[in-house]
Amino acid sequence: MEWRWDFTIEILPRMLSAMLNTLLAAGIGYTIALVVGLIFLLGQRTKFRLCNWIVRECVEFIRSTPLIVQLFFVYFVAPQFGLVLSAWVSAMLTIGLHYGTYLSEVYRGGLEAIPRGQWEACRALNLSPARTYFRVLIPQALPASLPGMGNYLVGIFKDTPMLSTIGVVELMHTANALGAETYRYLEPYTMVGFMFLIISLPTAAWLRKFERYVGRSMGITK
Amino acid sequence: MSYLDFVIEYLPKLAGGAYITALQLVCASALAIVVSLVFGLMRLSRLGVTRGIATVYIEFFRGTSLLVQLYWIYYVLPLMGIKLGAFESGFIAIGLNFGAYGAEIVRGSIEAVPKGQWEAAVALNMSPGQRMRRIIIPQTFPILLPPASNLMVELLKATALVALITVVDLMFVAKQINATTWLSAQTFGTALIVYYAMARFVLTPFLRWLEVLAARKVGKA
Repeated sequence: MEWRWDFTIEILPRMLSAMLNTLLAAGIGYTIALVVGLIFLLGQRTKFRLCNWIVRECVEFIRSTPLIVQLFFVYFVAPQFGLVLSAWVSAMLTIGLHYGTYLSEVYRGGLEAIPRGQWEACRALNLSPARTYFRVLIPQALPASLPGMGNYLVGIFKDTPMLSTIGVVELMHTANALGAETYRYLEPYTMVGFMFLIISLPTAAWLRKFERYVGRSMGITK
Repeated sequence: MSYLDFVIEYLPKLAGGAYITALQLVCASALAIVVSLVFGLMRLSRLGVTRGIATVYIEFFRGTSLLVQLYWIYYVLPLMGIKLGAFESGFIAIGLNFGAYGAEIVRGSIEAVPKGQWEAAVALNMSPGQRMRRIIIPQTFPILLPPASNLMVELLKATALVALITVVDLMFVAKQINATTWLSAQTFGTALIVYYAMARFVLTPFLRWLEVLAARKVGKA
């Protein structure tokens, strides 16, 4: 089978608009994951041992099971309990929750990198837990967490093709549909690959730059 | 139908699927280990061309999505005359993809071996092959294994994707059962638990054991 440029040009507009959906899915999913990660993190650091343990085990469970099985679980099981979620909503919830557990680990690593003296100083100054976290600890933990956070931003973007399996119309879904309509799979699938490459490589490079910038502005790296 | 009845009726099918998942894990990780060793060492080569090839390979496989690679190998390669079965396409795609991530771990761990070890090997007049085989590589294992374990659990999770190219693994069986019975909570719930058990109670303890073993071999435990 030969590569046909006219066909490539013909499907390009549809592929590009599907790319926007992919970017949107990655963006929304990541935003949810950022918040969920924080909730999971704080849930493991409460005064109640039982709560910490339960959250810890939930995080372990979600982290060790495949995202795609979770997608199917949420999409098919929620209606059984009378909760009909659209493909988009269940996809965003699942991917947000899944990556939230990864991000909570990244945050935890960042927090653990902070010297003990900082905690003790907050205690000595009688700062409330909210102030301790938001004004002292998180600003310091952030630069250490950024590389991990950046990796998962690219990771979430590369996992969005999985969403096509429950019917989210993104890049992979469109490529499948185009293949089914025209019986040509060579161009759509190859284009999907290149479009991912074109976005993820510069993003990764830009993230490295951003990390250095933040590190410098916080006076941590030169 | 109670959950117990469900388990009794469908456990054999699910176990068959889990067996294929385990096979995929073994084949894919074997390929990934070879690929990561080859490209990890190539990244450290003195020749710019060799380094360049390895960099292109790694960036290419890390920059695109595993699912896209899987579809490409299974659906597009046959159009170019390379026909692979579903099972082979599955573990080859996963092995090549994770090999790219593994290559970076291999490179990092070799670079982490103290410089003095290299110099001592040179001073003892060892050939480059001897130096690598007898001095450097054994010392990389304790550094390499913890991140490699994480990657291995990721690999186990990634094998669920091969269901999408019709490999009859755990995920595929779960989808089949779901389509005939509509007992979604039971089916996918059981699949999740099986994946969790494989990751947490089989794979992770095994990798921990390897880590302890490797640390002991170089006298670090």
